[in-house]
Amino acid sequence: MPNMQQNKTPVKEQEPEVRARNFKEVTLGYTEEEAVNEAQRCLNCKNRPCTEGCPVGVKIPDFIKLLAERRFEEAYQVIRSTNSLPAVTGRVCPQERQCESRCIRGKKGEPVAIGRLERFCADYVRKHGISSIKPQSPKNGHKVAIIGAGPSGLTCAGDLSMMGYDVTVFEAFHTAGGVLMYGIPEFRLPKAIVQNEIDGLKAQGVDIETNMVIGKVLSIDEILEMGYEAIFVGSGAGLPRFMNIEGEGLVGVYSANEYLTRINLMKAYREEYDTPIMHSKNVAVVGGGNVAMDAARSAMRLGAQKVYIVYRRSVDEMPARKEEVHHAAEEGIEFLNLNNPVKIDGDENGYVKGMTVIKMELGEPDASGRRSPVEIKGSEFELDVDTVIMAIGTSPNPLLRKTTAGLEANKKGCLIVNEETMQTTKEAVYAGGDAVTGAATVILAMGAGKKAASHIDEYIRSRTN
Amino acid sequence: MFKIVQKRVLNEFVTLMKIKAPFIANKVEAGQFIIYRVDEYGERVPLTVADRDKENGTITIIFQTVGGSTSKLAALNEGDSIQDVVGPLGTATEYDEGIKRVAVVGGGVGCAIAYPQAKKLHNMGVYVDLIAGFRNRDIVIIEDEMRAASDELHICTDDGSYGYHGFVTNKLKELIDSGVKYDMVIAIGPVAMMKLVCQVTKPYEIKTLVSLNPIMVDGTGMCGGCRVRVDGKIRYACVDGPDFDGHKVDFDELIRRNNTYKNQESAHKCRITGEVRSNA
Repeated sequence: MPNMQQNKTPVKEQEPEVRARNFKEVTLGYTEEEAVNEAQRCLNCKNRPCTEGCPVGVKIPDFIKLLAERRFEEAYQVIRSTNSLPAVTGRVCPQERQCESRCIRGKKGEPVAIGRLERFCADYVRKHGISSIKPQSPKNGHKVAIIGAGPSGLTCAGDLSMMGYDVTVFEAFHTAGGVLMYGIPEFRLPKAIVQNEIDGLKAQGVDIETNMVIGKVLSIDEILEMGYEAIFVGSGAGLPRFMNIEGEGLVGVYSANEYLTRINLMKAYREEYDTPIMHSKNVAVVGGGNVAMDAARSAMRLGAQKVYIVYRRSVDEMPARKEEVHHAAEEGIEFLNLNNPVKIDGDENGYVKGMTVIKMELGEPDASGRRSPVEIKGSEFELDVDTVIMAIGTSPNPLLRKTTAGLEANKKGCLIVNEETMQTTKEAVYAGGDAVTGAATVILAMGAGKKAASHIDEYIRSRTN
Repeated sequence: MFKIVQKRVLNEFVTLMKIKAPFIANKVEAGQFIIYRVDEYGERVPLTVADRDKENGTITIIFQTVGGSTSKLAALNEGDSIQDVVGPLGTATEYDEGIKRVAVVGGGVGCAIAYPQAKKLHNMGVYVDLIAGFRNRDIVIIEDEMRAASDELHICTDDGSYGYHGFVTNKLKELIDSGVKYDMVIAIGPVAMMKLVCQVTKPYEIKTLVSLNPIMVDGTGMCGGCRVRVDGKIRYACVDGPDFDGHKVDFDELIRRNNTYKNQESAHKCRITGEVRSNA
């Protein structure tokens, strides 16, 4: 008999007032007993609607069944057979919009906590030092290059290496992981856990070459000439956008990318690291996505007294994961929804001393289907802040399309691909993740990497047969 | 790891290093830079490449010790290794076709970066006036190299202890006023110097290229820290630059933003700003 408890088994978290001042992980994860109890809530229903909601096709009811039987390692292997980064997705996927949104149990009460269960399996394997490598297909002697060691590239690399390909991943930074390392903060996704997943891929045979900016140090054509038969481009989202309002050149205005990179990749929050960061008093973060939540919560942890989220729509339209919004509010972040910056004000030395904000109301739905915000005339007010962080999205990095003949991009600068195969406009070159979609989620990027891997396999087979 | 194959102390503050980096040596052009991270704790620091040796797979960097990160680098010796070196970054300098005479203006350690520009133009057959400014005779660097890379070398010292007595801007103006026709001026050095050079050339409408050194973290088009205002628009030094039309650059904003971490620097002696170059 399944466990008919209406709600998810609660998960322990650090207390809000404690965690708001440290960088340790917020959510502590299930114990074995809690995980088994939650797993028993799964009805193992015939239609398996949850699996259709998963971009990397995790066999959700199968792993949960094994988990309920306390066969933890086997449960992990089921996840790992389609998902190269389970410890990551268990933590950062927007489950409420994917697998969990389709769970039958969610119709009366809460859905099964699929994300927490996935995380439990990955953590169990790591904590017990169980090698997470599955048996591999024999090497097939074919070489594939991956550009960018972020979620899409690593997934593509993992899948291809599983099929027997020799895979080399070229990463521009000194560390592999992409946004998992530079973007998502330690308190949401500990870097040691990301590193463990990357080490798993290396042990599986994936070669990762860091400090290699493709398009500069080697071109795509040169990589093809080196004997790689196909290339997957997962080069990520690119340059931050600004609002083009007055005062964005003042000292104390950051892009969220810069702010988070200093903290996450360069570890500016730790005394023994050299990279500096401003320790601000009052911070305004502009935007309503996960990146905005990450920046706001990081600012709080660096010691800010007040941190505001300034978002032009209402909480219902916020693109951030529900859990992040909830955690941010618990930690004392103040939400100024339906507000939009007008200008940033500076002092005589060029430092930020405040931000002029105008109130908004929701009008008619726009192209995105969300009701578009409209300014309320005369409602401007001054926000007392010394730092402003812009988290309003990115434009694709121009490096590869500028340096690769035949690689075409759309008006927005995103690489054009055949959505069935992920092939770009250039033969043998595939792409996925934010480089194609613009800034999106880790799991969508992983789904694209996975799809590309299977079509790269098909392409190479078709050439060799 | 990237091995230091040669180290030369050029003056009290300035060090030259040749680093084994064959991939970068194979591709780097005048105007491009690398980013190094000396060890696990280090900042990512941009430095423009002064020279390269394709055959031996080395690049040359010349840097001034201005804070923690450059001190850490200067403390390394031949045979030691730098943890990370990535590049070539930025866009190589583009020269208009048919240019005949160019003034390359370098200030202090900026001369190390002006030098490859002069060398490239000189090799292209362009007549190069290299105007190199230093505070005094004791800190003059790479004089022989600069002489070999130019048709006329004008060393200027602030105190008159060597060469022309005065600033590079005075010398440049004198040359222009004496009737020399420049198709282009390239200015590389402290931001204030580049700003002044642009003020000199503006009335004569001489195209003036400057190589900017904003704060930078990744250097590959991701963080947006290196944004500069050019012609009223936001541009990114790492992918759109580092060279820009000097007559359109908002130098005052750049100077302000480069001072972002000045306070932390005085509080923590070991921290410096992540500048593209540590200019004198």
